[in-house]
Amino acid sequence: MLLSLVTFLPSLGAIALLLLRGDDEAARRNIRWIAFATTVLTFIASIFVLGGFDASNPGFQFVEEREWLLGLQYKLGVDGISVLFVMLTTFLMPLVIASAWEVEHRLREYMVAFLVLETLMIGVFVALDLVLFYLFFEASLIPMFLIIGIWGGANRIYAAFKFFLYTFLGSVFMLVAMVVMFGQAGTTDIPTLMGYEFSTETFQILNIPVVGGLQTMLFIAFFASFAVKMPMWPVHTWLPDAHVQAPTAGSVVLAAILLKMGGYGFLRFSLPMFPVGSEVMADFVLWISAIAIVYGSLVALVQTDMKKLVAYSSVAHMGFVTMGIFAANQQGVDGAVFQMLSHGFISGALFLIVGVVYDRMHTREIAAYGGLANLMPAYGAIFLLFTMANVGLPGTSGFVGEFLTLAGAFQANTWVAAIATTGVILSASYALWLYRSVVLGPVVNKALRGIQDMTARERAIFAPLVVMTIALGVYPSLVTDIVGPAAEAMLRPVQEAQAAFGAETQVAQVEEGAAE
Amino acid sequence: MTGDFDVIRPETYLALYAILALLGGVFTLKDRATPILLWLTAAVLALLAWWIGARDGLDVAFNGSFVDDGFARFAKVLILSAAAVTLILSQDHLTRAGTLRFEYPILIALCALGMMIMVSAGDLLTLYMGLELQALSAYVLTSIRRDSVRSTEAGLKFFVLGALSSGLLLYGASLTYGYAGTIDFAGIFAATGDGASLGLIFGLVFIMAGLAFKISAAPFHMWTPDVYEGAPTPVTLFLATGSKVAAVGLLARVVHDAFGMVAGDWQQIVAFLAVISMFLGSIAAIGQRDIKRLMAYSSISHMGFALMGLASATAFGVQAMLIYMAIYVAMNFGTFAFILSMDRNGQPVTDIRSLNMYSRREPLRAFALLILMFSMAGVPPMIGFFAKFYVLRAAYEGGLTWLAIAGMVASAISAFFYLRIVYFMYFGEDGERLDSRMPGAHWAVLMVSAAVMVLGVFNLFGLEPLAAAAAATLVN
Repeated sequence: MLLSLVTFLPSLGAIALLLLRGDDEAARRNIRWIAFATTVLTFIASIFVLGGFDASNPGFQFVEEREWLLGLQYKLGVDGISVLFVMLTTFLMPLVIASAWEVEHRLREYMVAFLVLETLMIGVFVALDLVLFYLFFEASLIPMFLIIGIWGGANRIYAAFKFFLYTFLGSVFMLVAMVVMFGQAGTTDIPTLMGYEFSTETFQILNIPVVGGLQTMLFIAFFASFAVKMPMWPVHTWLPDAHVQAPTAGSVVLAAILLKMGGYGFLRFSLPMFPVGSEVMADFVLWISAIAIVYGSLVALVQTDMKKLVAYSSVAHMGFVTMGIFAANQQGVDGAVFQMLSHGFISGALFLIVGVVYDRMHTREIAAYGGLANLMPAYGAIFLLFTMANVGLPGTSGFVGEFLTLAGAFQANTWVAAIATTGVILSASYALWLYRSVVLGPVVNKALRGIQDMTARERAIFAPLVVMTIALGVYPSLVTDIVGPAAEAMLRPVQEAQAAFGAETQVAQVEEGAAE
Repeated sequence: MTGDFDVIRPETYLALYAILALLGGVFTLKDRATPILLWLTAAVLALLAWWIGARDGLDVAFNGSFVDDGFARFAKVLILSAAAVTLILSQDHLTRAGTLRFEYPILIALCALGMMIMVSAGDLLTLYMGLELQALSAYVLTSIRRDSVRSTEAGLKFFVLGALSSGLLLYGASLTYGYAGTIDFAGIFAATGDGASLGLIFGLVFIMAGLAFKISAAPFHMWTPDVYEGAPTPVTLFLATGSKVAAVGLLARVVHDAFGMVAGDWQQIVAFLAVISMFLGSIAAIGQRDIKRLMAYSSISHMGFALMGLASATAFGVQAMLIYMAIYVAMNFGTFAFILSMDRNGQPVTDIRSLNMYSRREPLRAFALLILMFSMAGVPPMIGFFAKFYVLRAAYEGGLTWLAIAGMVASAISAFFYLRIVYFMYFGEDGERLDSRMPGAHWAVLMVSAAVMVLGVFNLFGLEPLAAAAAATLVN
């Protein structure tokens, strides 16, 4: 029951907000506090999940199971991978609500959208049924579409449609793949499917042999969905638009949590269910990850809009995640999960940092700022910390994730790892350049003179993020102890299946050679 | 003989009711009592739906001409509900248009009667009889606003093209009769036991072309947008729901009961109709500004999805198709209840741009329509998603994976124009407003329909086993 509670508690808060009457200042205050209290309660409930979680057990825990229609089931549960994403979500949502404190325009709907979104995001991470997962995964598009479209910037309509249609088109292929899996395995139960071996027999489509057969096709269908969500180069183009146009709180949720659904999907479906498909496609994915890292960083270098710069840096950092996952070894997967969590805190913080000055100056142009260190010392200090974390300075969480994924990738494909490493240098260039242009130097823009430093509310929002970034950087075992056993249990059958497939193809090749 | 009449009791009562109401209307009351007659007819239809839903068993009457099985009853309940809801939503609109004539509820009742006969057809003559009763009533209903050029034009177009399609169907029926030697579905089924002759295949193709016209499956859809636009909106609702259910039901019956042995031959045709309809409906709707035309293309696309279930040629496919139709009908009730209340200064408007920032003035109604639009687009957790999921599964299990993939691409395309309605309501710019008036009946239908879309996620209101039982009686 605990997982259901954590999942649906935010929705209860949303219903309470809808029932609340009135539109005066008192009602608005109530709306803010109810939304905030709901997310805090959800966080507290999720602490019980983490507290009761047995890290040494690699299986699913807190499992709930109920009949649903069409042989589907309502099944929830967490393992070492998903429990951390649940925690990430519940941890960040109170901060997101607090960051939206000053919103006046249709406040009630705004808070309802975020609370519903929280339910859907947690649902994605705890669902243990294919269709239930798809339901949460797709439904999360609706509140985000509305958040961008209603509360976004000047070009919000284009961004909202692009966001929705891009991700929707990606996901429908996943739905077809799910139907195929249901038909093949006769169940939509995720733990069962993780143990099911889908056919790897090579077949032909239009006379083109598909190595890895059905597994490769299913892999590609899931890849279409998760790669868009992630987003990977070259299907990342919706992200900068969505980020730039979304309101600050929307950007934070998008970067910190929604993108992680893609990485979580790779870990939950693509790798364990289609090990051979992953093997066949691994080089391709590794290479486009390397391209994403370098390309994302280079594009970030030339941005003039702060949010766009952070958005492209997200593309680059997500490249490390996919690289780690498809290296398919312990360091890679541990690193990928670590990188996702760390990126959740860092990119969330960076979007909040942009939001702080945007609220005051109503511009995100980098050129409009400069010399903020003199006017806003606390802001300068926090910005510095997260800039360093974004660069991947040792001692911050950004370092651990990048290091582990690179270590994993190095074993899988040395060239990819070598190219990805240049991304670390590039990320230092754009992050430091951004910091210099905004915070250091003389105050050129006279409009900045009267700018206020961060308020107590803003400082309170950043405090937990600062703590997490440093804590994870100094003591990474906080995460790796929980992820490690689950990742190991997931990887063992994957590596066995891949080895068996490798031996099989070798035998086939030898036989072919003998026949000739 | 008494047994035979027992089987057709619901149809007999409805026919008697319609005739009595007509006599009563002509000799005594004229148009004054129309509102009472309207509600009375709605009550009679709802009562019949309830009664038919409670009947069971498989009965055949008049030497196989008329079949009363679970499949027919499922479709009949949908048809009668569609007719009843249409009547409930009609009064306000027709009163203000000045066309609330006493013939209107009677024509709806007769149209529903024709549809009931269609889905119960056991031979080619019953099929044609039901089809024509339905079609003739629909022609008159479409042009019931006699002083409107658009309404009469729509009626005429509908009639001419409908007559053409009836001709195609009759030609197919005569070929089938000629080559099979019988008009009985069971006889045709037996005659095709060891494959169909070329003549029979020709007959099958012509019958299907005629029926595809009634379903408005592409490429036989040309009449749909014009008729939807020109017909009075309540009639449009009935054409979009009741007549689609009846035509799809009839098609399923013909292909399974009469041509079930040669599934491979008609499967390709249905799959072709499905894929063309899905894409044409989704793409053509993008350019529409008139919400009724938009709904016309939307219904073409939805019919494509329903046919995707039928194309699998399995019992599960028929079940998926029935579930799709039931959910489709439920979505249309709410959407049309909204369209019927779109007025500006007391005049109906159909331009979707008139929805500008509707959510700010009527948040609840706008939210209900938002749910319906996402449901139409097939976004979970709304049950429109489950409708698509069922047909997708049916297509895959029928070996038509390519059709499933094509359908999903089409559904992603169709998301665009449903989203655009949401865009006008939520993101648009303020401008000339719609009236905030909405009759209670419309409000109730809109809200119930939207609530059904969300609450159905729990168990589809038990629809699944009902549809499975209905499908099992058709395919065995």
